[in-house]
Amino acid sequence: MTTARHSPLNSLAAHAALIAYVIVALFPVFVIVINSFKDRRSIFREPLALPDADSFSLIGYQTVLKQGDFFLYFQNSMIVTVASLFFILLFGAMAAFALAEYRFRGNLLMGLYLALGIMIPIRIGTVAILEMMVATGLVNTLWALILVYTAQGLPLAVFILSEFMRQVSDDLKNAGRIDGLSEYRIFAQLVVPLVRPALATVAVFNMIPIWNDLWFPLILAPAEETKTLTLGSQVFIGQFVTDWNAVLSALSMAILPVMGLYVIFSRQLIRGITSGAVK
Amino acid sequence: MTALVLDDVCKAFGKVEVLRNIDLAVEDGEFVVFVGPSGCGKSTLLRVIAGLEDATSGRIAIGGQPVNGVPPAKRGIAMVFQSYALYPHLNVRDNMALGLKQEGAPRTLIAERVAEASRMLELGAYLDRRPAELSGGQRQRVAIGRAIVRQPRLFLFDEPLSNLDASLRMNTRIEIAALHRSLSAAMIYVTHDQTEAMTLADRIVVLRDGRVEQIGTPMELYNNPANRFVAGFLGAPSMNFLRAEPLGGPPGATLGIRPEHLTVGADGPLRGEVTHVEKLGGDTNILVRTEGDETLTVRVFGQYDVAVGAALRLGYDERHAFLFAQDGSRLSNR
Ligand SMILES: Nc1ncnc2c1ncn2[C@@H]1O[C@H](COP(=O)(O)OP(=O)(O)OP(=O)(O)O)[C@@H](O)[C@H]1O
Ligand SMILES: [Mg+2]
Repeated sequence: MTTARHSPLNSLAAHAALIAYVIVALFPVFVIVINSFKDRRSIFREPLALPDADSFSLIGYQTVLKQGDFFLYFQNSMIVTVASLFFILLFGAMAAFALAEYRFRGNLLMGLYLALGIMIPIRIGTVAILEMMVATGLVNTLWALILVYTAQGLPLAVFILSEFMRQVSDDLKNAGRIDGLSEYRIFAQLVVPLVRPALATVAVFNMIPIWNDLWFPLILAPAEETKTLTLGSQVFIGQFVTDWNAVLSALSMAILPVMGLYVIFSRQLIRGITSGAVK
Repeated sequence: MTALVLDDVCKAFGKVEVLRNIDLAVEDGEFVVFVGPSGCGKSTLLRVIAGLEDATSGRIAIGGQPVNGVPPAKRGIAMVFQSYALYPHLNVRDNMALGLKQEGAPRTLIAERVAEASRMLELGAYLDRRPAELSGGQRQRVAIGRAIVRQPRLFLFDEPLSNLDASLRMNTRIEIAALHRSLSAAMIYVTHDQTEAMTLADRIVVLRDGRVEQIGTPMELYNNPANRFVAGFLGAPSMNFLRAEPLGGPPGATLGIRPEHLTVGADGPLRGEVTHVEKLGGDTNILVRTEGDETLTVRVFGQYDVAVGAALRLGYDERHAFLFAQDGSRLSNR
């Protein structure tokens, strides 16, 4: 870091802008969390007030924990998200390596074909997907969701990762070949560690939409034992009455696991960036 | 026995022909240097020899064994890259040992070879460091060590010194020469650097546009270039070319004279004006614009005082002048 370019005024302005952004971004989350600790009356009377001795209540959390199998929903969401990310990164990275590394007939066409998926929303194919899932007996299993989310995430993953893999030094891969490493080890031990920041980016991009998705759980896996958290929370939102305490508590708790995952990935991201800088 | 035989090797990327009909034999223990302008196919030829690219046609044999279709690790070669290409996640010791480990060599043999190589290259103190914790020169020595450890029949170097600064380059050049003497393996070395080529090579191969222009010892190429391209490519400052006709040569021909073979003298046949003087201490380069508007470089041994703008007369020795036809081929000397 150069000190010469560091004027206090500049860093003040930068911090002010960043802090303003953080406030704007975190405000809705903040409102949800504080209201989840209040009783129903206070939520509507003073939505922005912090919970005090009067209004403090854990009724929402109690309802959520009593109602249905909330931990099972949690677990389902976690399994679906982590497994989908795993497959997206694994298959995405392998496809990207092949596209970036090997010259074969149809390489360019294959790349374009895979990238096409970025532009076409997968939900257009919902009916066909449902028919396929019914035919293969996967309806109401977590596999149905994992497969669909993997398919949904792959196009962007392949696109981003192949771009990064092209930048990995050819000499390094060739040195590995001369030393007798198999293509799989060159991929896993030489190339993947160098594109770790890109992998983390892809993971973060895919994680949130999968965690929050309501559409596919509702259509492909609405059974009690395969409900995801987002779907499970819907019981509190009725057509006529909504149990706001429960909804806000469920949302507050749903934030935690994604935040944990995000911290893991973002650490990878930062490590990747700084290790590139000192090299 | 011959370490390497290339027989009519061609390489094309799609429609682009990069190597055309390369024939070459490298004897055991020989040091062969590839030179040529950028993009002429030197690295591609090296990669074809290493097996990192397949030749489009032609035969390759290493140590008498045909190796077309043999994977790089089984060809008995080792390669040193311009960018070092060390494994970033392994320390120096493991970087050097990986190739042998992959071959399944016994652990004691690996330790022995690594110790030997690190002694030769004075890397003993750094064996536990990662590549990121080494200087450029040390990284390059590790890369060379990684090649030595495998005890290959043929070493391939692709511009190994071009990322080093001038003094380090000279030291490493001398180390490589010493290494070659002590290892007695054949080496193929790609470089842009005149001095490296002239000082290291037993034989130089001059390439242009994927073709071999001439093969010979450094002095053969210097004293007896086959064509104008080779004559101009080797030697620094490079050879002067001027129209031969005004000096009594055949029409259309070009006369080539090396800068050190031009002499300043009152009765020389060439007249001109000094446009620039470079004093290097040991010798002096004088740039002269002749009456025929050609620029000549004159290299005078020692320190020589002459002002820019002064009129000079230059002479040359017929025995040291080369005559080239219009297409660049060499005409027999007069
Ligand atoms: N993978 C490839 N696909 C298409 N063309 C290539 C490929 N690799 C090299 N070439 C072309 O082959 C030619 C020779 O390249 P090469 O790298 O062998 O040159 P070089 O003599 O090593 O040059 P330099 O001295 O700059 O390293 C170049 O014109 C290059 O554009
Ligand atoms: Mg090259």
